[in-house]
Amino acid sequence: MTSLRDRRPHLTTLLAPLFVLILAAGCSESPWNNPYPAAEAGSNTLYTSFSERPKHLDPVQSYAENEFAFIANIYQPPLQYHYLKRPYELIPFGAETVPVPVYLDAAGRRLPDSAPAERVAFSEYVITVKKGVLYQPHPALAVDEAGKPRYHALSEADLRNIDTLGDFRHTGSRELVAADYVHQIKRLAHPRLHSPILQLMGEYVVGLKELAAELGKAAAGLPEHAFIDLDPHALSGVRVIDRHTYAVRVRGKYPQFAYWLAMPFFAPVPPEADRFYGQRGLAQKNITLDWYPIGSGPYMLTVNNPNRQMVLERNPNYRGETYPVEGEPGDAERGLLKDAGKPLPFIERVVFSLEKEQIPYWNKFLQGYYDASGIASDTFDQAVQFSGQGDVTLSEDMVKRGISLQTSLATSVFYMGFNMLDPLVGGQGDDQMRERARKLRLAVTIAVDQEEFISIFRNGRGLPSHGPVPPGIFGYRDADAKGINPYVYEWRNGEPQRKGIDQAKQLLAEAGFPNGRDAKTGQPLLLHLDTTSSGADSKARLDWYIAQFAKLGIQLVIRATDFNRLQDKLRRGTAQLFFMGWNADYPDPENFLFLFHGPQSRAKTQGENAANYSNPEFDHLFERMKHMPNGAERQAIIDRMVALLRHDAPWAWSFFPKDYTLHHGWLINRKPNQMANNSLKYQRLDVATRAQLRRLWNPPVLWPLGLLAAVLVLVAWPAWAAYRRRERRTAVAGGVS
Amino acid sequence: MTGYLIRRLIYGVFVLIGVNVLTFALFFFVNTPDDMARAQLGAKRVTPEAVEKWKQERGYHKPLFLNEKLSGIQRVTDTVFFDKSVRLFAFEFGSSDQGRNIGYDISTRMWPSLAVQLPAFLIGLLVYISFALLMAFFRATALDFWGVVLCVLMMSVSALFYIIGGQFLFGKLWNLVPISGYNGGFDAIKFLALPVLIGVVSGIGGNARWYRTIFLEEISKDYVRTARAKGLSEARVLFRHVLQNAMIPILTGVVVVIPLLFMGALITESFFGIPGLGSYTIDAISQQDFAIVRVMVFLGSVLYVIGLIMTDLSYTLVDPRVRFS
Repeated sequence: MTSLRDRRPHLTTLLAPLFVLILAAGCSESPWNNPYPAAEAGSNTLYTSFSERPKHLDPVQSYAENEFAFIANIYQPPLQYHYLKRPYELIPFGAETVPVPVYLDAAGRRLPDSAPAERVAFSEYVITVKKGVLYQPHPALAVDEAGKPRYHALSEADLRNIDTLGDFRHTGSRELVAADYVHQIKRLAHPRLHSPILQLMGEYVVGLKELAAELGKAAAGLPEHAFIDLDPHALSGVRVIDRHTYAVRVRGKYPQFAYWLAMPFFAPVPPEADRFYGQRGLAQKNITLDWYPIGSGPYMLTVNNPNRQMVLERNPNYRGETYPVEGEPGDAERGLLKDAGKPLPFIERVVFSLEKEQIPYWNKFLQGYYDASGIASDTFDQAVQFSGQGDVTLSEDMVKRGISLQTSLATSVFYMGFNMLDPLVGGQGDDQMRERARKLRLAVTIAVDQEEFISIFRNGRGLPSHGPVPPGIFGYRDADAKGINPYVYEWRNGEPQRKGIDQAKQLLAEAGFPNGRDAKTGQPLLLHLDTTSSGADSKARLDWYIAQFAKLGIQLVIRATDFNRLQDKLRRGTAQLFFMGWNADYPDPENFLFLFHGPQSRAKTQGENAANYSNPEFDHLFERMKHMPNGAERQAIIDRMVALLRHDAPWAWSFFPKDYTLHHGWLINRKPNQMANNSLKYQRLDVATRAQLRRLWNPPVLWPLGLLAAVLVLVAWPAWAAYRRRERRTAVAGGVS
Repeated sequence: MTGYLIRRLIYGVFVLIGVNVLTFALFFFVNTPDDMARAQLGAKRVTPEAVEKWKQERGYHKPLFLNEKLSGIQRVTDTVFFDKSVRLFAFEFGSSDQGRNIGYDISTRMWPSLAVQLPAFLIGLLVYISFALLMAFFRATALDFWGVVLCVLMMSVSALFYIIGGQFLFGKLWNLVPISGYNGGFDAIKFLALPVLIGVVSGIGGNARWYRTIFLEEISKDYVRTARAKGLSEARVLFRHVLQNAMIPILTGVVVVIPLLFMGALITESFFGIPGLGSYTIDAISQQDFAIVRVMVFLGSVLYVIGLIMTDLSYTLVDPRVRFS
């Protein structure tokens, strides 16, 4: 007979699985804290992260850096940026060559290349697509024995066991043709896709606006999710010339169009993809082109779980591209040309893990589980130190681990904008009012010490800006004796020095506010800064701004607001001062100077000119400059435009951010490229070194578990003894006699 | 009993209607459809036409509560409120503002949440009650005193500290578990061990103190003295009689949270990279995807109402004297 006591699970039985687990972990070669499956230890896999799920992966919709990180490696637009050369240079990607526009007059007659912009009615780009390029294997392209698409007429029964794209048994591929590029340009006008560049491209690509209107009407008569077939709808300005050639006609001279051809907006999408994803039922399972790309680039998305992990794998059909054989001076010395001429890509798999918090991300990088990392403010001192000469070097710990630091100036600009429609800082009214407002803006620009800001709040990661065009973009001038902003800086001791606060005070007095008080009323001058920064993290920064304004006696009122409210104020032109930034779409000065173009005023036309700056001379020069090729003439015009901006000061010039990135020694061929997002294919891994160092850096430390057990015993033992004592104790001292 | 249940369910529906109207008003008055559109379309090159199109496609162009252009029932049904809120009662969650099917996302993300929350809940309950009973057993001794001091200390520490400290010690310093991440199947254990441990440890302070108070109140009752007088061991008195009689206040706090385990833990999931519903909600808030936030608020309310009804029912199981009429 089995007693009740015997039937109780024994402690060892309960703990057995735990022992097995520890034993299994102990026997494994993989470190215990390895977040990846042990089987991946020796695989040619790059590990990186994403902090926010991408909103769009459809190339007509995607317009964010975190989305380009995926799709730029999947899709194959006609052009791309050279990985190594600087200044940035366009090279062919899907196209055979970089197209040279042919200029035409209004009657369609060809004009010479030197024809002035006024005479050019159209520019035609004839693009020849590379032959023999194949799409990634994809169910949309799967065909049966008869050559008919397998999955273009799915029934409810077919969909029953389909939850992801990987659940389709068959995949197929076909050659990339010119019509696929044309199809994608038509998709820009798709009424349900809301391409962010539709309006802009509608102004240039002939017929795109009309196509959008036509498709809008066609969609109006269809049920909500019905498929819209683009084939019957023609796009007058874009035509297929032959199987591998197509032509795009744009209005006027628009040399920046070539840069757009390097963006995913112009990457090819096969019409079969729209037919496949347009089927009823797939969208309900989140199987859409916006979520499962189909490209012909070096990688394909094989795992799409934005809640946890996204995986790019080498596209087995991708071939023909090799590592660049030339770069900029110094690249060879840095070892960046060792793989010259070798076929791309080098890495087989790229695993993007969701990592929302900075601390775990940083620690996993140090453990070797991420191959590269940025540097957050919290970890800056741990990673980087400044030498006596102000040079940036890695900390000892980083050097010991073989980590390398790369710095690069971003093609971005941050600024504090003045709303030029505001009566006080914009100076609406007569010339005298405008001049007073200009002096007020200049005084503020001088007083807000950007050098100090960069030092305190950005750990030195920035370059004070003297104009809107960042380094690396044509038109930028070094801040030397001739290149400084003379309204804010002086050239002293061989370097630019911010003007003294006395000069700012003088300007403020001339603006009618001596010592920060209205000369007529004696009232203190109050300025309002709208910002989305709030909370404890931003307090120090905002207090610093208040102190900068206080140097002039100006009271700065911080109006914390959310993103939507700020955008709304900017749209209505009611903000007074605001923080803003711009990241280049393409490396052309037009993409920065248009931020001051009067006709693109945010309050008047919902454009990108958030300061609502308007200057007829600037606008005239902008119209000339934007069509010109880079050269001395264009530089002279840009110089004049920048001089106007420095004089008028619609922005309190802030800084160009500097990016610091770290990578382990086993990651090879890494070079910062601010324009190209498809740089994964150039990078290479030394997998054996990584596996070895991971084991070395992450041995499990077991003594704390023993200590913990000992502490528990030490606590439990007196408790148990006390319990036994109490149980044996009699009710009366000395016991019952 | 049945009548009581029906009554409670009807009350629950009214509560849900209230929550629904309140959240709808909150989201649509504070954050207009234009704001939602701009948040989704991004900051660059957003035109008024694109905003209008976005709204039309998602039905946000309709009037909020009353469509005066139409007649009959359509005046009420062809509105944003009906489309976005009333349909929730039929559990038609629709699509997120990014266009993804919310129901599908919830069905896939609730399991990782449960994988963390359920063990943390069960182990936690066992640990808290045991610890509280021990303190009650050693009441008025040094062990009890230092136990209470420890509890106060532990409840004074922020949950974030436990998470970051735990990641530092177990993941970084001792290399025993991954700092963050998640995987399915058997592999999930190594990712769940730390968040579950932290979930349990961070709750010890508050919960053990609370249960100790309940047990001390029970211990002072006559039936306990009677049990002791009959010669029962202290362990038997505590674990058999006191625990059973203290179940009503325990169940009040415990059963109500059981359905909410599906909803996940906001901070824990975010820090450990667990793809559950907690991080789903946090993501939706940060990306201003109010379609998801609305659904999650509604779902939270539904589960809370279910939890309250379950609590009432559980009383009848532990105390035969409780009868509903």
